[in-house]
Amino acid sequence: MTLFYFFGAVAVIASLLVIAQRNPIYSVLLLIASFGALSGLYVLLDAPFVAVIQIIIYAGAIMVLFLFVVMLLNAPQEETDFDARVHPLLRPAAMRLGAVLAIVLVVELMWSLTRITASGSFPSGAVISVATIGRRLFTDYAFAFEVTSVLILVAMVGAVVMAKQDTARGGK
Amino acid sequence: MTPLLIAQIVLTLFVFVALLSSAAGMVYFERKIAAFLQQRVGPTLVGPRGLLQPLADVIKLMFKEELRPRAADWFLFSLAPIISATAAFAAFAVVPFGADTTLFGLLGTPLRLQVADVNVAVLVIFAIASMSVYGIVLAGWSSNSKYSLLGGLRSSAQMISYELSYGLALASVLLLGNSLSLNEIVRAQSGAWFGFIPRWFVFLQPVGFLVYMTAGIAETNRAPFDFPEAEQELVAGYHTEYSSMSFAMFFLAEYINMVTVSAVATNLYLGGWSGPFSDSIGWVWFLLKVGAILFFYVWMRWTLPRYRYDQLMAFGWKVLLPVSVLNLIVTAAGVLAFGV
Repeated sequence: MTLFYFFGAVAVIASLLVIAQRNPIYSVLLLIASFGALSGLYVLLDAPFVAVIQIIIYAGAIMVLFLFVVMLLNAPQEETDFDARVHPLLRPAAMRLGAVLAIVLVVELMWSLTRITASGSFPSGAVISVATIGRRLFTDYAFAFEVTSVLILVAMVGAVVMAKQDTARGGK
Repeated sequence: MTPLLIAQIVLTLFVFVALLSSAAGMVYFERKIAAFLQQRVGPTLVGPRGLLQPLADVIKLMFKEELRPRAADWFLFSLAPIISATAAFAAFAVVPFGADTTLFGLLGTPLRLQVADVNVAVLVIFAIASMSVYGIVLAGWSSNSKYSLLGGLRSSAQMISYELSYGLALASVLLLGNSLSLNEIVRAQSGAWFGFIPRWFVFLQPVGFLVYMTAGIAETNRAPFDFPEAEQELVAGYHTEYSSMSFAMFFLAEYINMVTVSAVATNLYLGGWSGPFSDSIGWVWFLLKVGAILFFYVWMRWTLPRYRYDQLMAFGWKVLLPVSVLNLIVTAAGVLAFGV
């Protein structure tokens, strides 16, 4: 239980610091720390496979690309186009929308947390076995799995098209 | 404390010290082999046959001045070598290096020659390898120097590109071994075909083995893929601004990564500790196999010239990746048709 609180605290504090940082490089690193703590929680839940996948996919592959982009842009300071002294309610509409969404999220979290019953029983074998995960993925959840891969393919093609457009214009 | 627990702690410390000294030993052998290949003598002055040269190097590095560029981000600048060294040590924790032993009957229950027996060991190694990229990237960025930044960017692009082929080569072995545990994979390779060919996966996966070794060289930033530190273009790449012990940590990480990649290759493709005679001398076979791969690494470095960077990227994406995907498909079909 001590470990649970440790990993939980690291995850929450790191996530809060991600948005409190002005330097995007530190934000990226704190997000990685948060993912690492999350992966520790998965280990505590007897799901080492999910824990390792969390590290490989999120902390490893995706965040390296984030870091890559931040480094290439070389933006040590975040550009802000508002005056910090202006009252929050008078700031641009997008920020007010963000505040509303944040309040909704907090309310939903509180609501769901009060509804937790301490049954604590779930089929632990299902998350341990890699074979079970694979079988489920390619039978019961085959449709969702394939749709997700098509979605990623579309995003990739879109990114290539957008990147190519720029060079074509520059080449003329 | 039970005897088994004490044995575990001793084993962990032993692996730590062994990795440290293997790095020192590798430095010596690398210099000796390089000298041999170039018809020189190599280190001879310090100790008999220059054997104490690594010790002299370590002492020299310790007493050097620790320099730090004024414009560097000091926190990340000090963190980067620590990440590199930690990742290098951590990856070896899940590598088994011998059969279970009772230490000549000293222990009641057999001790597993492995620091942590994780049932997803192969993926753990892969995960830690993907973490070690951060050490190099952050070193490049936080130094606030153009050579460091370019070296860091190059190496991150290189490591991400070759990680894909590396992962697919691992996946093919997982299909054959039918497990994610390195222990299970080694056990699946015991015995022999027709009584004399050892059942090593290298014979079933010749293409996978080549892909793994190539990607392994790129992952460890060794010649002919040592672009992060291409001297002629980038001074010393990501560790240009590092000196003294923080430089030593990068150096250490590089050599330990080499040992780990070789040890994993031995477990995955060369049957791990399995060999003739009894299982109790399995660690001897393991050391011999790892040593052979390490020699191959050094041999490669002093034989082949460095690639050009665009050649490296084109090779990784247009040759190695398609080959490893094909290898995975063929392996999967073979496993489906003939069983494991």
